[in-house]
Amino acid sequence: MPYKTTIGNHTYRFDDLKTVLAKAAPYRSGDALAGLTAGSYEERVAAQMALADIALQDFLQQAIIPYESDEITRLIIDTHDAQAFAPVSHFTVGQLRDWLLSDAADTPTLQSLAPGLTPEMVAAVSKVMRNQDLISVARKCEVITRFRNTLGLKGHLAVRLQPNHTTDDPKGIAASIVDGLLYGSGDAVIGINPATDSPAITVQLLQLIDELRQQYDIPTQSCVLCHVTTALTIMPRAPVDLVFQSIGGTEQTNSSFGVNLSILQEAHEAALSLQRGTIGSNVMYFETGQGSSLSANAHGGVDQQTCEARAYAVARRFNPLLVNTVVGFIGPEYLYDGKQIIRAALEDHFCGKLLGLPMGVDVCYTNHAEADQDDMDNLLTLLGVAGCNYIMGIPGADDIMLNYQSTSFHDALYVRKVLGLRPAPEFEQWLVKQGIMNEAGNLLKVSGSHQLITSHL
Amino acid sequence: MSSSEKHIIPGTVSSDPWASLKAFTPARIALGRTGTAIPLQEVLQFRMAHAHARDAVYSLLNTDTLIAQLQSLQLPVNLLHSQAADRHEYLQRPDKGRKLDIDSINLLTSLAGSSTQQSVSIVLADGLSATAINNNALPLLEILLPMLQQAAIPLAPLSIVQQARVAIGDEIGSLLKAELVVVLIGERPGLSSPDSLGVYLTYRPQPGLTDEARNCISNIRPEGLSYQAAATKLFYLIRESFRLRLSGVLLKDNEKLIK
Repeated sequence: MPYKTTIGNHTYRFDDLKTVLAKAAPYRSGDALAGLTAGSYEERVAAQMALADIALQDFLQQAIIPYESDEITRLIIDTHDAQAFAPVSHFTVGQLRDWLLSDAADTPTLQSLAPGLTPEMVAAVSKVMRNQDLISVARKCEVITRFRNTLGLKGHLAVRLQPNHTTDDPKGIAASIVDGLLYGSGDAVIGINPATDSPAITVQLLQLIDELRQQYDIPTQSCVLCHVTTALTIMPRAPVDLVFQSIGGTEQTNSSFGVNLSILQEAHEAALSLQRGTIGSNVMYFETGQGSSLSANAHGGVDQQTCEARAYAVARRFNPLLVNTVVGFIGPEYLYDGKQIIRAALEDHFCGKLLGLPMGVDVCYTNHAEADQDDMDNLLTLLGVAGCNYIMGIPGADDIMLNYQSTSFHDALYVRKVLGLRPAPEFEQWLVKQGIMNEAGNLLKVSGSHQLITSHL
Repeated sequence: MSSSEKHIIPGTVSSDPWASLKAFTPARIALGRTGTAIPLQEVLQFRMAHAHARDAVYSLLNTDTLIAQLQSLQLPVNLLHSQAADRHEYLQRPDKGRKLDIDSINLLTSLAGSSTQQSVSIVLADGLSATAINNNALPLLEILLPMLQQAAIPLAPLSIVQQARVAIGDEIGSLLKAELVVVLIGERPGLSSPDSLGVYLTYRPQPGLTDEARNCISNIRPEGLSYQAAATKLFYLIRESFRLRLSGVLLKDNEKLIK
């Protein structure tokens, strides 16, 4: 059924849901590259007006990627919780937006609504929302997960310590880990992107972090971000806390990543069986990012933000500890500049949170994007206000292996300080015990004889 | 007074007592701090590195100098252009950077018509850092070309192509009827590597081939992979590609020249 909006003498016609979604999307280079954007400013707002009037029920009846050919569409439809959906089932997209911003939509209400919402519904509502709307509603969502500490509590912001090294040199990686811990980072995870996908090196790096964690009794978890099949291979002989995988929002995108729902299911069960979490059993870590489906030529005419929201349906299936949208990593052909990166990050964080996911954001950019540290400062501050679960912590914000810029340990201290946010409670206690931070949350001067320093010289 | 100490008011900036760990990694560790912030000298160092990377993205090929230098090596050179009109379009339309404009197609078509079957087509492409080509292409070719000549491997005319992505080499090689195309291209600049050169090799180049049909040698620059090591490895891959009649994932670097 086509959707229509008349502006003056002109009637805009949108053939189906995916067309109205794409044309309603705020402009970004990736949708332009895919040929999906509105042809004018007027058409974009006309599409948003049409979208606002679409009933949420339509999203359950009209699949934007066919049910028969896509296992993620099947997952979305087959696991939809009609009971959770009931309170909003009579709303249009526009009514959902107004209701989400009302006082009636409080934290417990949003938490119980999450299983009733589909990715397409949250993508749709995000497209008619301003940045401040995305922040206001996300801030009301609280998604708490646990492994060896508690992540996602309101008033807390965790950091993934990302100690990458160009050649996976263990001493080099350990040096960056020590640096990060002494700057108060590492509660979300100590997570290394390996320079290669070699199983032997992955095992070696996992052992390195695990020994460090046990030696200093650090209440955190580790991850080497290898392919899920590599993690499955090494599990019998390596200390695997979290299983990592990059995922996308269409079956074909995931094929390009070499995964599907059944491999993820197998990895999830295998990781659970290790029972390494002490206070919780969220064992999965997923990364996503707008543009991955277009990059894999697997978007099926669906705009990149809606594809991204569909990836969250995959993540939601496996109760992850962490989900991270790597928002500016993919490059300017998908998100051209600071404005597009900031908007995309706020959308992703909002959509993930509303769907019940523990969202973190890699606040980042590459050197061929029109962006710099000032844009990252803006985004970081906005995400702190929005209640983002965690960000990345990289020495000096410069990832020497992946060749992009993200946020530094200092940036994490900044946003915690200006917004009064604290580390994960168990990790904060550890920092205080180690003399790294005081009870008020201020970083302390450590002496050169601190055990973390002396044992690595 | 060293540059890192100037302008610092005593007691404001605290240094980190683990600075000796810097010996183990080029990562920006032990930066010190003032309050929660990175000290200004480190902020400026970072900003300068980013400036170099940004300048590299917007750098232009020194075509006059490159052509003169290549002609001194007795090599005919053609200057080509992709369908991306400028950097702005290039960055947002990777598809246009993979295709030659019509003038370039006509030029190469006329050349191929008059020449006999050639073997190796070498392409110099700006990619995301023309600086990488300006600085590192000639020193690499000065080592590689004598190796090819000694092995009696014939060369097609060289190509210099502006606003180009890797895959444009497939169209160039195909139009020149080359059996193998070797694309030298500026890689995406990192903060510490604004002039990193990459080399991509494709056997029987045809438009439409994808990354799995290519072999890559990355990070060629004085601070990275040396010209000599890169040329030796590339020469090995070229010979193996001819011998096995393929390139890409099935062509392995079994010589283990590079760790």
